[in-house]
Amino acid sequence: MRGKKRELPGHPMDRLLRVDRIPHIWCSGCGIGTIFGGVLAAIQKLDIDLNKLAMVSGIGCTGRMAGYIKVDSFHTTHGRAIPFATGLKLARPDIKVIVASGDGDLFAIGGNHLIHAARRNIDMTVICVNNLNYGMTGGQQAPSTPLGFKTTTTPEGSPEEPFNFCYLAAACGAVYVARWTALHIRLLTNSIAEALQKKGFTFIEILCPCPSVFGRRNKMGNALETLKLYHDRSVIKNEIDPKEAGIDLFGEIVVGKFVDRERPTFIDYYRSIVCHETPEDNVIRIAR
Amino acid sequence: MGKRIGMEVAIAAAEAVALCRIDMAAVYPITPQSHIAEHLSDIVHNGQIDAEFLTVESEHSAMSACVGASAAGARVYTATSSQGLILMHEILPIASAMRLPIVMGVCNRAVSGPLNIWNDHSDIMHVRECGWIQLFAENGQEVIDMTIQAFKMAEHPEVMLPALVNIDGFQLTHMIEPMEMPSQEEVDKFLPERKPFAYLHPDKPVSMGCFNMPDIFMETMKAKDMALRNSKKTIIKVWKDWAEIFGREYQPVETYKMKDAEVAIVTMGSMGETASVAVDEMRKAKMKVGLVKIKLWRPFPEEEFKAAVKGCKTIAIMDRAVSFGGVNGPVAAEIKSLFYHEQERPKIVDFIMGLGGRDVRVEDFISMAERAKKKKEDTFEFLGVRE
Repeated sequence: MRGKKRELPGHPMDRLLRVDRIPHIWCSGCGIGTIFGGVLAAIQKLDIDLNKLAMVSGIGCTGRMAGYIKVDSFHTTHGRAIPFATGLKLARPDIKVIVASGDGDLFAIGGNHLIHAARRNIDMTVICVNNLNYGMTGGQQAPSTPLGFKTTTTPEGSPEEPFNFCYLAAACGAVYVARWTALHIRLLTNSIAEALQKKGFTFIEILCPCPSVFGRRNKMGNALETLKLYHDRSVIKNEIDPKEAGIDLFGEIVVGKFVDRERPTFIDYYRSIVCHETPEDNVIRIAR
Repeated sequence: MGKRIGMEVAIAAAEAVALCRIDMAAVYPITPQSHIAEHLSDIVHNGQIDAEFLTVESEHSAMSACVGASAAGARVYTATSSQGLILMHEILPIASAMRLPIVMGVCNRAVSGPLNIWNDHSDIMHVRECGWIQLFAENGQEVIDMTIQAFKMAEHPEVMLPALVNIDGFQLTHMIEPMEMPSQEEVDKFLPERKPFAYLHPDKPVSMGCFNMPDIFMETMKAKDMALRNSKKTIIKVWKDWAEIFGREYQPVETYKMKDAEVAIVTMGSMGETASVAVDEMRKAKMKVGLVKIKLWRPFPEEEFKAAVKGCKTIAIMDRAVSFGGVNGPVAAEIKSLFYHEQERPKIVDFIMGLGGRDVRVEDFISMAERAKKKKEDTFEFLGVRE
């Protein structure tokens, strides 16, 4: 359909979008577009200098965000968004780095990188869209798939317990940990803005409807019904121990900001201990 | 007799694996392999076979799990593509060095970057030196047959090496083709139970993967190379056994209208079918062109290839991967070195074609043969690239 380009009214986010790449590839009813909108709104709200912002993503449905945002971006290989972003941040400590990827990319094939980036407290914001399965390859079981739920590789139901991503990120040392759903768009936008302003490894998990793949297989109805489920089941519990913040699609979906603390970042320690730029006492004092 | 079916090739590959009564499959999803993984999980969960289906967290883990299970004596299978194969790379030489007869379906797809999910052979060319038996299937029927044959080749006591079957991504994996699915009785007759030479068992402890000092490492490498070279005899024998039971014949190198041919087109994988149509067209136009299809890529069938192109003046090679900065493409490199010592060597013209799913049509093969014929000397070029 590559005819003459029609004149279309602009979108308020056009400044931040590679409009030539639109329409996007996400299925109808998918929540990633809404979440992406939240990311863009947070950037807009903070009025971040776009020359001082970069987005890195891995492979998968969410990985496509890096291709649609009009800032310097890198769509990396499967699972490697965080190490790419780590290199980027260390080479250019002056820029803000957002990692946007899916649950499978960040916690399965790339799980090792996430725990180490959180441990080192690399200054970046990780947006983890959790659609409970590998959506792009056709809905296979992921480390987020709830126990007993069906996927294309677990037709009888998944026999494995999923990760609690927020608990894991917090345990590894993330300084900001929050969970929202694609329904909590205002709270999510504020949370992303908050995380972007924070120094250190910040992590936000967002539950996202996947009606075409995960939802269909588990008879969860259309996207609206999943959003209704989020509406009915989610409970905001700010500052709760993330260990207690579970995702139970039949019970309570705990959302909220669970962790917000201060720790020196990798660069702080590096400048102090390796480069002797700042007195060591200084950093150690912050660490305490 | 087997049953004539119409089925998607990836699904048929999974069915063929089930007929081999595997004990374990460990897979990580990747396009265009996913349907093999999904259908295998269905087969296992339906109770069609008594096997374990392991959903792992990456291809690196998939191949590692296969090595572990195979070392314990199990019959194992995995499948992958492109980046997945590259991620497995670290473990592939371990599997062959430990002489573990793992079978893998490689659904060939271009290697990033930039990201591309379509078919070419760049993935397999990255891992061609890993010590695995490597077969190339041309159509759905060959995918079924070679998958079953691969287990017998790999597990044969004189071979004991892992084997992989190259299945062109989308062009084969996602096609629905008419095929003959062997019956369980036939496969049971063809494929005996695996009898491992040495395996991990608490009652009879062995150590695998031990450290090799410089005084023994070279001997180990030579032994592995000899094992792979010698496997050709068994591979040919397995194909003979297959022909006796199923009536379909396989050879390391297949030829089509090569008698009196002046130009030989060389292909691997699914492009053989398009190329044979092109050969028919050219024969109608009185061009003396034939087709040589390499079915066995490792160990490379040296004598068979030389015999296939005997008397031919020009060899036009279709390379579906780039050896960046190399003398020419990987297939041409192999074939040129074959003819180095020959007194009357043919002219070898290498064409890089069909990368990342770029369509290769009958006309492209015709133009390739015509160009190759006109060349004065060996050349190397990308065919059909916009400048």
